[in-house]
Amino acid sequence: MFSLKYLLLGIGLLAAVPGFGQQVAVIKFVELQKRLARQTDTTYVVNFWATWCGPCVKELPNFEQVGSANADKKVKVLLVSLDYASQLDKKVKPFVKARGLKSEVVLLDETDPNSWLGQVDAKWTGSIPFTLIINNKTKQRATFEQELSKAALTAALRRFL
Amino acid sequence: MNRILPFSLLCFVLLLSSFVLRPQSEGYQVGDKAADFKLKNIDGKMVSLADNKAAKGYIVVFTCNTCPYAKAYEARIIALNQKYASQGYPVVAINPNDPGVAPGDSYAAMQTKKYAFPYLQDESQKIAKAYGATRTPQLYVLQRQGNDFVVSYIGAIDDNSEDATLVKTKYVENAMTEIMAGKPATNNSTKAIGCTIKWKKQA
Repeated sequence: MFSLKYLLLGIGLLAAVPGFGQQVAVIKFVELQKRLARQTDTTYVVNFWATWCGPCVKELPNFEQVGSANADKKVKVLLVSLDYASQLDKKVKPFVKARGLKSEVVLLDETDPNSWLGQVDAKWTGSIPFTLIINNKTKQRATFEQELSKAALTAALRRFL
Repeated sequence: MNRILPFSLLCFVLLLSSFVLRPQSEGYQVGDKAADFKLKNIDGKMVSLADNKAAKGYIVVFTCNTCPYAKAYEARIIALNQKYASQGYPVVAINPNDPGVAPGDSYAAMQTKKYAFPYLQDESQKIAKAYGATRTPQLYVLQRQGNDFVVSYIGAIDDNSEDATLVKTKYVENAMTEIMAGKPATNNSTKAIGCTIKWKKQA
């Protein structure tokens, strides 16, 4: 009984930590496409990454910081993990938890990149990190097949706001 | 003369800028001639496309030791060489990564690989840039035309990097079947996820 109380307390404390227990939704490309096609004045910053990708992991804090710095604006950071769906519990969820990621994380469950990569951007050759900034209301769009510094990301986003 | 001079000067500048301003990192498209190279193999010998007079072409693959996708495809790259070397299209593997950024891709680390095909270091990264390679693994099928090698396929090996047993479409093998039959590949360019090439830090 005694230990149960502490266990509950512990769970309560952990739940209070931002980002803990974030549900990582596993989605198909059609769902991602629907979200990106939504007619909204929100600017989406969509970053394609993976836990195994060094440069991606390195630049993730920039997306977190840009997300929180623009929390009062209509900006939404979406982190799309390209890890295999089989790695969701083993790699992705522990990573999201350990980093306390606040931005929404989804895992794109598609086995054949050739079937969807070109629909995100015709120029994307398939290396990650890859970032898409999109605003469907203003019909603005920018893509980056490279690592982005915080300054570069901030500057890129500024053109949308 | 006074009027013509500024005009011809303008033409000259425009002509010049059309060369200077051309994007340089576009790399090869299918149909382009691939420039030959001279790169160091893990056995210390220099390798060029021109060395193998019997080759009808090559399967050039930019790959490395460290990328999880390159590792996932390693056995399938070895299998490609086993299948196509005897038919005149051997594999040539090129590691373009800067060991300063990826120490696991150093020339010394490359020695751990014992492939039946060359595993070359693109130390200057000029060849990866010339090809327009962006990631590992990334594959280029070259076909001999006289003394030239023409890019006939660019892209992925197949449609499932995680599990070779679940592959439905073998992109490069389908292309090879057509190329070896003297036909252009129907699907000559495919996309795949891979690790960004670890470029040298700009000095």
